[in-house]
Amino acid sequence: MSIKRVSPMDIYKLLPRTNCGECGESTCMAFAIKLVNMEAVVEQCKPLLTPEYKSGYDQIKSILKPAVAEVTVGVGENAVKIGGEYIMYRHELTYLNPTPIAIDIPDTMPDDAVVERIRKVESLKYNYIGRDIMLDMFAVRCTSNDPELFSKTVKLVTNRTSWPLVLCSLNPKAIEAALKAVADQKPLVYAATVDNWSEMIDLCLRYKVPLTLLSHDLDKLVSLAKTATSMGLEEIALDPGTLPKEYLSHSLNAYTMLRWRACKEGYELAGHPLVGSTVTTWLLVDGDKNEKSWWEACTAANLIVRFVDLIIMHSIEGWAILPLLILRDNIYTDPRKPVSVEPGLRVIGDPDENSPVMFTTNFALTYYTVLSDLEAAKINCYLLVVDTEGLSVESAVAGRKLTADVVAEALKESGVGDKVKHRKLIIPGRASRLSGEIEEVSGWKVLVGPLDSSGIPKFLSEKWPGED
Amino acid sequence: MARDEGGEGANIQRLLASLIGEELAKALGDLGENELVLEGVEISADELEFIIQPPAVPKVIPKPEVVAKPRELLAEKFEIPKMEWTGSVVEVKLGATRSEGGTRGNTIIIGGEKAPAFYTFIENPKHRPAISLDIFDTKIRLAKAVRLAYQDVLDNPPEWARMCVEKYGADMVNLHLVSIDPLIEDTPPSKAAETVAEVLEAVSVPLCIGGCGDPVKDLKVFKKIAEDFKGERLLINSVTLDMDIAKAGKMIGETGHAVIAFTSMDLNHARELNRKLYDYVPKDSIVMDTTTAALGYGLDYAFTIMERARLAALMGDEELQHPISSGSTNAWAAREAWKALPPQWGDKLLRGPLWESVTALTLLLAGVDFFMMMHPTAAKTVRTVIDSLSKRIEEIPKDVIYDWITAEV
Repeated sequence: MSIKRVSPMDIYKLLPRTNCGECGESTCMAFAIKLVNMEAVVEQCKPLLTPEYKSGYDQIKSILKPAVAEVTVGVGENAVKIGGEYIMYRHELTYLNPTPIAIDIPDTMPDDAVVERIRKVESLKYNYIGRDIMLDMFAVRCTSNDPELFSKTVKLVTNRTSWPLVLCSLNPKAIEAALKAVADQKPLVYAATVDNWSEMIDLCLRYKVPLTLLSHDLDKLVSLAKTATSMGLEEIALDPGTLPKEYLSHSLNAYTMLRWRACKEGYELAGHPLVGSTVTTWLLVDGDKNEKSWWEACTAANLIVRFVDLIIMHSIEGWAILPLLILRDNIYTDPRKPVSVEPGLRVIGDPDENSPVMFTTNFALTYYTVLSDLEAAKINCYLLVVDTEGLSVESAVAGRKLTADVVAEALKESGVGDKVKHRKLIIPGRASRLSGEIEEVSGWKVLVGPLDSSGIPKFLSEKWPGED
Repeated sequence: MARDEGGEGANIQRLLASLIGEELAKALGDLGENELVLEGVEISADELEFIIQPPAVPKVIPKPEVVAKPRELLAEKFEIPKMEWTGSVVEVKLGATRSEGGTRGNTIIIGGEKAPAFYTFIENPKHRPAISLDIFDTKIRLAKAVRLAYQDVLDNPPEWARMCVEKYGADMVNLHLVSIDPLIEDTPPSKAAETVAEVLEAVSVPLCIGGCGDPVKDLKVFKKIAEDFKGERLLINSVTLDMDIAKAGKMIGETGHAVIAFTSMDLNHARELNRKLYDYVPKDSIVMDTTTAALGYGLDYAFTIMERARLAALMGDEELQHPISSGSTNAWAAREAWKALPPQWGDKLLRGPLWESVTALTLLLAGVDFFMMMHPTAAKTVRTVIDSLSKRIEEIPKDVIYDWITAEV
């Protein structure tokens, strides 16, 4: 799967070809197409799991093996998958496992501060397009170099959160002490280096947990990968080191080369999830807390775009975290699926014949933003969703997808004129330049609404119904 | 099925070579017999069966259950990726000095890439992306963070331009003639040209001149400005598919300015517009803008369209071999950039400029060559990253890569 796209035929010929329909598809060919598009998992084909088809199953698994191996960290519903990617560039298919962000906790932090930090991190939830987006993991750092204290802090953290953990220490004794306590939580160990690899690999084999390999030297990094895999440790991740600001090119080059060799050249030693720690920003960037947080956020943003599968961060400033949560969501959105909603008339609340009529575009984000503002303010109205081919108001006006004709046509087709006795249309503030033309073409009187839908309640209380 | 208990003989080496590929086998061989302890090698029937199947995809290497404990790290060399990019982006020169027929103190060249953005393991880019700061010829609504940065000059385009260059280090100034909009002030072309003259006088950097988005009015104003300032090699922002392209193209071609070809997130439209312009405008005078959407508001589209355009250009698609322009100022359309949110999301005076920074940095990695930006801190951030990424770094503070684990920060 790494070098060129697999044809559905390659998969089809290995399936039972009985069209039994157990997978939910009507034919085996349809299932094969879903499989190569990453829209189904092979285990949905129950007959394939029987001994009769074992060879076919194994071959399909091999053919569909991602270029970047997938590693699971944590257990239960909060477990995260890292890696598992098939492609280098987003438009080639889609990225699959959004980059989790782990927030660091030094083991020298007092217990009550640890508890408070966990609470604060877990409360950073933001509603975006109808979903809560949030951080994902904690990375406990052995700053004390005391295995006992490290183990104690790790235990405290697992008692306070069900989020998966990264255990950070280069001291195998510290890692072992922590693994004794929490190996069943399947934490990610960070990290094996050219100095400690032997003990670290042994530990991770013994405790069956994934291991991050760390070296700023790519020869050494793949040597570590070669050694770990030859010793039988399958679940590994690679970190070539993240450096911010003036040293950023070291990191972006390393991540790009590793991912290229995995995806484009089928080089298996690079085909493992990539890890980056932007905590290094706090050691290298001069300035106050805000400046360090700023550069940490910018560096993390670069890593999200340039192939990194897990990021360890220190800053928990909301202004620094929010753009990262949203960037990650954007980059890992499936580019094959339009981010749009069905156009047409929506009835919001319980409108009557005097209720306002307004329109927005069918870009999902625009629509959900407007919807949540209307619902939060308990407004009764008709909301006309105009087809702008999934563009926001501003882009659609600039790109001529939203014109007076388009609005007039949508208005007419919706039949909203039969539901209200007025002829007044509230248009988005960002479409104000269309107001005159809309009046002309549609015959409705236009009221130019606010630039942002959060201003609608105030707008309605001041301007609605207005004069006739 | 092959099985050998604790052996270290040549049979196993050969078997391994056939199963695991040359790389690993060679490395195992390199260790020498005494250093390698094979604790058990087991190869199942399934794996053998798999090998004789014609693999659908190259490089499906079955993993034998090798459990070996080497005493030394198994040495491996990381090969720099082999990439062949056959196409390259044209270089576009902006501005003209006195000797070139203009009045600018310097010119700026953008484009010229032969590899994806900042793949400096292949080559250092010939030119660095340029950053222009936006100024407007009339009062417009601005986020508080932006307003604070320019508050004393907002009604004075020449002073505003000077602040962008002298105080905030902009490579270029991007003058938006918003007031020419028939729905705003309907400023006539002659008045707009006066503003351009004032700004040209105030700063010596190359200038980008933006219209209002009305294809008819913009063309009238661009014509007047292109003729009045012939020789300055302004960057005209922009020509669109719904303009009279023949008229616009001819005017730009004859007056020797550069132009931004603006389309709305559609590569076929971008190709179509470039193709239409080729009849009138030299290829090295066209910059393309495929639309910038804000972080959270379609940035994924904008990013992927730009990345596809650039990769296609490098793979030889001649109609897309143009420097890319991004109006990263659009980041401020995101409510998260300007609105007060619940306290856990922090100060909007930091959040807003970071929003613009992250929007621009994301598109920088897709291949943008020319930024139109708004907040000085965002522009400075992008400048710092550009300068860092534009050259391969040999000396790094490598200890930090390990030391952060134990550092008290």
